[in-house]
Amino acid sequence: MKKLLIDGVPGHGWLMLAVTTALLLAAPLFVNDYLITVLILIFYFAYAGQAWNIMMGFAGQLSLGHALYVGLGAYAAAGLYVHFGVGPWIGMGAAIIISGVVAVILGYLAFRFGVGGVYFAILTIAFAEFARIGFDHIKFLGASSGLFLPVKQYVSNDLWSLRGKPVMFYYLMLVLMLVALGICRMLLRSRLGYYWRAIREDEQAAQSLGIDVFRCKMYAVVISAAMTSVAGVFFAFYYNNLFPEQVFHISRSIEIILGPIIGGIGTLVGPIVGAFVLTIFSEGMTELLEVFKLTSPGAKQVFYGIALLVVILLMPHGIWPPIARALGLAEKSGEGKPTDEKP
Amino acid sequence: MSALLEIKGLSKNFRGLKAVQNVSFDVTQGEIYAVIGPNGAGKTTLFNMIAGAYAPNDGTIIFAGERIEGLPPDAVCRRGIGRTFQIVRPFPALSVHDNVMVGALLREPDTSRASVRAHEILRLLGLHDKRDMIASSLTLPDRKRLEVARALATDPKLLLLDEVMAGLRPTETDVMVDILRDLNRTSGLTIVLIEHVMRAVMALAGRVLVLHHGEAIAQGEPAAVVRDPAVIKSYLGTEVVG
Ligand SMILES: Nc1ncnc2c1ncn2[C@@H]1O[C@H](COP(=O)(O)OP(=O)(O)OP(=O)(O)O)[C@@H](O)[C@H]1O
Ligand SMILES: [Mg+2]
Repeated sequence: MKKLLIDGVPGHGWLMLAVTTALLLAAPLFVNDYLITVLILIFYFAYAGQAWNIMMGFAGQLSLGHALYVGLGAYAAAGLYVHFGVGPWIGMGAAIIISGVVAVILGYLAFRFGVGGVYFAILTIAFAEFARIGFDHIKFLGASSGLFLPVKQYVSNDLWSLRGKPVMFYYLMLVLMLVALGICRMLLRSRLGYYWRAIREDEQAAQSLGIDVFRCKMYAVVISAAMTSVAGVFFAFYYNNLFPEQVFHISRSIEIILGPIIGGIGTLVGPIVGAFVLTIFSEGMTELLEVFKLTSPGAKQVFYGIALLVVILLMPHGIWPPIARALGLAEKSGEGKPTDEKP
Repeated sequence: MSALLEIKGLSKNFRGLKAVQNVSFDVTQGEIYAVIGPNGAGKTTLFNMIAGAYAPNDGTIIFAGERIEGLPPDAVCRRGIGRTFQIVRPFPALSVHDNVMVGALLREPDTSRASVRAHEILRLLGLHDKRDMIASSLTLPDRKRLEVARALATDPKLLLLDEVMAGLRPTETDVMVDILRDLNRTSGLTIVLIEHVMRAVMALAGRVLVLHHGEAIAQGEPAAVVRDPAVIKSYLGTEVVG
């Protein structure tokens, strides 16, 4: 445990992590409410991006339907809370189990029958779309008219029920993001992590070295799904309303994967860096377009798309790898090394 | 002296093409056995059946007393058969060390100890100085060495080498021959190698199997096999005798 988590991080790496964490811990004392909500969004994307990265970045399995697990987690915890008064921390257990089971079914169908690459990605979309349409008809969970959590003006923060002010979610999501970083580092440096990367690089060669490819891929899918569902629990209790049309929508899945793509697929810090860059950029763009009175619908999306394209063309391996090399943080385990990712 | 590997009546067809036809041979524990033959003779196909990549259409493969034909490649590897690929397949984005590490983790789940093992093997194959290089940046001879290192890291009882000398310079071939001979002598590793480089075959192999159009046309000691008229006619030509 300790060996996988701690060893090999250089001194200045710890320093940068400590300084960043300290700044983020202190931020609510200095910044306004708007920036707090932006940072919560960043932490959310950083966390979900890391979870997605386990599947794609580590094990090479492209999921374009991760909104499925966010949605399942959100609905599981919210449903239990609204109908049975079960608190979100217990709901989280249900969220993890339900997402895990769905991931097992999806993984089994795909990997037993040799569905890979683009076809696997399409299967993940199909599962998410199936949920989107299916949840529209589950009356118990509000169907298409939405599921709402009771809200009031909070004077204190109830951590147990996750009822409180944004700053409570700020700290929770910050912790979640950092815990995910630790988990991902341990996974990547474990035996399973080596096996995932071997599978990502060449499945047949991996198999010839005694690796049970099916089993390793199943672990990737289930761990990734379970982690993602936890983001869904916080999503539900932070926004207090859930609509299948929004939660499970493919654009939600795409949002999750943009961070790791821009930050650096398969790296540890890339998804976090990507979430910061993209969210700040997106918010900044909104402001900027208003200043220039460019408020026609779609203008933001167009600029956003062009910016993404430029980053991908200039830095095909993401923003983080060159930074990691410059800072001397490129790990032996592949952090910051150029990868010839295959789709 | 018992047979580690027994092949009986092995056949494989690809849509009518008889790639391997009714081939039988056995490999004794601790020996170095070579498979030679012209291009398209079915040598790699034979390896692929032993390693579990293809299920044979007919015949049996007995390894260490158990039938293994039709098992998946990972199961075959876990039973103690390591293989290299003729067209090398390193994990391109991983470092040389990590490539070998993946193999070493099979018998040594602890990552630090597996890494120690990987370092040993890298030294053995002369790749230690290049351990932090990305595998995709290696030259072909180094990739061939990496292929051997990775298979060796799984600590096999039987090592299947598919043309690992191809593309090496004569001096490099001699180094590889020495490495393999040492491994065989010190750890009793059994080796089956497919090889076109006759100088390596003559130096290493105790016995040779000659395949032609999927059929075994000769087998025996190298010196005898290279004088076999059928072998000379189909494969060696006239100039390489002796
Ligand atoms: N997967 C496959 N599908 C169809 N045909 C195949 C396949 N693999 C091999 N063959 C054919 O089977 C025959 C034997 O091929 P194989 O690769 O075993 O030959 P080889 O002896 O290894 O030749 P080389 O010395 O060129 O490596 C060839 O005619 C080849 O085209
Ligand atoms: Mg061949």
